[in-house]
Order: sequence, then C-alpha cells, then structure tokens
Amino acid sequence: MKAPIISSWFGRGQVEASPDIESATLRSDRFRLEREGDWKRLEAILVRMEKGGLRRIADDDLIALPALYRTAASSLSVARETSLDAATLSYLEGLVQRAWFQVYGPRQGFLRWLRSFIFGGWSRAVRELWLDICIALFVMVAGTVVGWLLVAQDESWYYRLYPGRMGDPRQPGASREELLQVIGHDEGAAGLAGFAAQLFSNNSGVCILAFALGFAFGIPSLMLLVHNTAMLGALLWLYDGQGLIVDLAGWLSVHGTTELFGILLSGAAGLHIGRAMAFPGKLPVLGSAAAAGRRSAVVMVGVVIMMIVAALLEAFPRQLVTDTGSRFVIGGSMLVFWLAYFILYRPAPQAGDAA
Amino acid sequence: MSARGKAGTTREDKRARTLVTPEGLALPITIAPRASRAGALIIDVMIIVFGLVVFRLLMSWIAQGLLAGTMLDPDQLSGGALEFLGIVYVLIVFATWYGYFLVQELGPRGATLGKRMVGIRIAARGQARLTPEAVIARNLLRDIEIFYPLITLLILTVAAQTGEPVGALGWVLAGWFLLFLLFPFFNRDALRAGDVVAGTWVVERPRTKLASVLSVQGAVAAEGASEVTGARYQFGDAELSIYGERELQTLERMLRDAPDEALHAVHATICRKIGWDPGAGDERAFLEAFYGQLRAKLEADLRFGKRKADKFS
Repeated sequence: MKAPIISSWFGRGQVEASPDIESATLRSDRFRLEREGDWKRLEAILVRMEKGGLRRIADDDLIALPALYRTAASSLSVARETSLDAATLSYLEGLVQRAWFQVYGPRQGFLRWLRSFIFGGWSRAVRELWLDICIALFVMVAGTVVGWLLVAQDESWYYRLYPGRMGDPRQPGASREELLQVIGHDEGAAGLAGFAAQLFSNNSGVCILAFALGFAFGIPSLMLLVHNTAMLGALLWLYDGQGLIVDLAGWLSVHGTTELFGILLSGAAGLHIGRAMAFPGKLPVLGSAAAAGRRSAVVMVGVVIMMIVAALLEAFPRQLVTDTGSRFVIGGSMLVFWLAYFILYRPAPQAGDAA
Repeated sequence: MSARGKAGTTREDKRARTLVTPEGLALPITIAPRASRAGALIIDVMIIVFGLVVFRLLMSWIAQGLLAGTMLDPDQLSGGALEFLGIVYVLIVFATWYGYFLVQELGPRGATLGKRMVGIRIAARGQARLTPEAVIARNLLRDIEIFYPLITLLILTVAAQTGEPVGALGWVLAGWFLLFLLFPFFNRDALRAGDVVAGTWVVERPRTKLASVLSVQGAVAAEGASEVTGARYQFGDAELSIYGERELQTLERMLRDAPDEALHAVHATICRKIGWDPGAGDERAFLEAFYGQLRAKLEADLRFGKRKADKFS
C-alpha cells in the first residue's frame, strides 16, 4: 500500500522504476512490464479518488481514467489467456474491480443527490406510489371510523386505544373546559423548541417503523396505520361529545395535515415494498423488492423532511395561534402546498439524475 | 495441511461470485463473510456511541458553564440557552445515527469506517450502479432489523424486573429480532433484509499489491544458472510435463513468501517426483530455475490452446 500513496504525491506517472523490460526472460513478464506503468498510474488515481473524491485529481488524470480502466481490463483478459503469473492476475483483477467501482460507482454524492431529490425526484417518487397511497388512505380513514365506532359503542375501548397517563384530562367524562384547555395555548414560547425537537425525533421514528415493517408483506404497516388512526377516531369522538369537534380539528390540522400526510406516505411506502414482494409480477422476488425498496426509500427521506416541518408547526404555530379559524388556514395551506408539490410539480428529469 | 487447505478453498468458492463489467469482462468478487460484517457493525456502533457520549459530556460541561455564569442560581438561568442545547443534542443524535452510514456509504469507498477496517464495502447486486436510494433503503431497514427490537427488549426487561406484566410481547420481539439477525444465514449471498430491499450486497475489497516480476531475478533470469554454485539447471520435456498450472502457482507463492526451510521440503518433493537426486544448499536457485522453465513451457502450450490445470490432468 505504501508505494502508490507515496507516488501519488509526486504526480501522475512518477511511479518507481520498473526493471528493464529486456531483462525479463519470460514473454508474459515482458507483457506485464510493458504495461505496468499504466496500471500503476491507474492505481495511484484510484487511491486518490477513494481518499477524497474528485477534487484532488488533476484534470488530465480524470480524462485518462476511462482509458486507463479499459487498458487494465483488456490487459486482464489478455493475461488470463497468456500468463500463468498468479500474482499479476490477482493484482489485475483487484485493480479492475476497484476501477469499476469508481468508473461505474455512485455518480452523485449526498448533497447533489439531495438537490435533485428536492427539485423533482421526491414528487416523482410519490406519484409512482399512487396506488399504495390510495390503499393507505382508505385504511387510515377506515381506522378513524372504526376507532370512533368502537368508542361510541363501548367507552372502555377508549382506555384501550388511548392508555391515559395520570393527569391527562382527555378522558371520557371530562368537562368541556378541561378539554378546551388542552387545545388552548401554553404560557408563551418557552420550551416549545425543545418540544419540537422531541416530537420530530419521535414522529420520524414511528414513520420509519411503518416503512420498515412493510418488509413483512406490508401487513404490519397497515396495522400500525389502523392503530394510530383509531386513536385519532377515539379522540374525535371524545371532543364531539362536548361539541368541540371543530376546535379539535383546527388544533390538529395545524400540524396534522403535514404529519398525517407523512404517516400516510410512510405507510404507503411500506405497503409498496410488501406488495412488490407478495406480487412480484414478471421480476424475480429479489429484483422486485429491490426496485420497490429504492422507490420508497426516496419517499421516506421526504417523510423525514415532512416530520421536521410538522414538528415545527406543532411546537410553534399550534401553541401560539389560538384562534380556530387561523389554525384551519395554516393547516389547510400546508395541505394545499403538499398536494400541489406532489401532484402539480413535474419538472423534466435532468440528465444524470438517479433513475 | 492439504485437507485444511481444501476446506479453505471450498469455503472461498462458496463466497466467490462473478461480476460482468459492461465491457464483457468477468471479474471475480468475494462476498464478505458474515463475521466481518458483524464486526464492522459493532465497530461502527461503538464509534457512534462513543462520539455521542463525548458530545454529551461536552454539552453538560457547557451547561455547567452556563449555570456558573448565573452565580449558580438556577432561577436566573436563561431557559433559551438550555433549550437550545437540548435541541442541538436531539438533532445531532438523529443526524449522526442516520448520516454516519449514509454519507460514508455514498462516498467513493462505499464503506463506513468499520467496514473499511475489516476490508469490505457495499456494492449493487448484479451489474447495476450503486444509487443513493439503495444506500438509504438499506440503512433505514437496519433500525427495524436490530435496534428497535433490541431497545424494546431492553425496556421490556426493565419493566419485567419492576414487576409489570409483560406477557407474550417479549417472546414475539425476541423472535422478530432473531428472524432478522439470522436472515443472512438463510440465503446464499448473506443478504440481510436491508440488502434485499435495496438490491445491494457486501463484498470484500480487493487489496492486492503488484508483486515483483519473478523472471528478472535469480535463476529465473539467468536461464537456470545458480549464483551460489554456478551450476546450471536444465530440465527436459519429460521433467517439465509432470506438473500443471496449480502446482506452478503454488510454487510461485512459495518463492515469493515462504521461508527457506519450507523451500527445502518443496525442493526434496520435486526432485523425488522428477527423479533427480536432491542435493543441498542451492534449493532456491533450483526452484527458481524449475519455476522459470515450467512456466515458459506451460505458457507456450497456452498460446497453442493447451491448458494443463494440475498434475492430475
């Protein structure tokens, strides 16, 4: 490992002197000595690329890289047919493999990928999951209705769905004032930012869980969706009993339009993987799962961003804006924004975008 | 020794795969052993946890400084400053946990620090290009495979010790954890669930240095003449047609790496096989001469399309 690192300090081509070609008695060794300068130059470029990306590489080295890669590849196929030097063969195999990883490796770093993701990749991926989103939406609505109906029939369901903590006034039999107080405002902004950070960490954890559980054919993802929305249904029922459902909806809508949308997307992403594994179609199961996994991973990065937005909304505007009308405006405009971004925003994919 | 060597090669063969480059060249690659992947993960988690603990200590040191700045009166403490520290901490933990793997595996090495230490990297299965989506998918799934069940199990254990009823949940979680932990043992390519979903696998990173040219040194270059005794070793066709490529390459490895005592044994074996009377003291020159002439003969045959794989063929 030493030689290529040191030689990389002295620029390209400056590798240690090879023995005289004529002194080699074997024809295959002469073949090797004639070409090993190119191999070593390729190796020096590779070492620098692996270390620090493309910035530290001279332009003409970068231009030479594909040609050097092909030289090494053709040397390897010739050497396999003419040389019995195991050390040279295994060196060339390793070298070509390393070069292959660089020449055909990930084309973008994380930041460039993030940019193409925000400007088009994200909304495209969401649109690709439309069927799963419809299913997940149906399941969520059904879960809410089921939660409501269960609690309406038997109040004890409320405690099962919503295991109340001590001191939480949101329980059946609570008075209108107590319920209103919860969705009122806190005493000023103190503590809200920390609250937001906690919420974000917590909520995105739930979303990643919903996504990753899709691996078991999507069923746990759907169960998680049903469970979460049944809680919502129970809460809605509770406030409806005191005629406060509009206030609650306003209180929830501030962050809920973003958060529920995010949960919807992560459930759909999990379902997408599960569906691809259960019904792979013409592809082999592994190929189908991999294609679905890559599509839904894009959606999941978006969900994490949505969770950041939701947590900020939950901590600041929801606690600071107390008027139900304004709350609806904030929540509604967020919903319109997300829908427009996912459905209407369709930039043409740029060349070089990860397909 | 040969039995052990054979077992080793079959295990290597089991992990050997072929990758066809767009140029149509078949490259051998080796699937990383499961043990080194586990080792890499342990190293990575230790690095993250250690880093976060150091960071945490730094934060509490800053918080103490804040407290000292207010004459140790907590009432005077600005809530904003402490809260800010709290937010920074939560966000940094989140970013470290996911960013550590993402950024490093997307880099040109395709490996985290732990993977680099054990000499493995991730790659896309088949001939595909590794994409950011694949790296994200495989890292998101790691949580569900290992860390969520592990953490929940820990919480359940604590709950059970304080006397809370836990029920069957513990067993379900343990089964879940084991299912994913053992997942790599139930497929040929040692894929974990994240690899399946992302279309990736983990392979060994080749680290071969270019070894020296054998035919410019010693008796190979001097056409069989020994530097020590001046004797000249010349082998006839019959003597050179005993061994094949496998033995040649074993001899090559011995000449490059083996100590002189090992060469003595090889020297004696070859002399017995080709019917020479083994002398002593000039083993290396003999072996070099034999290697050079055997390789010249086998390579000449190779050019005419004749391959002799080993001494049995």
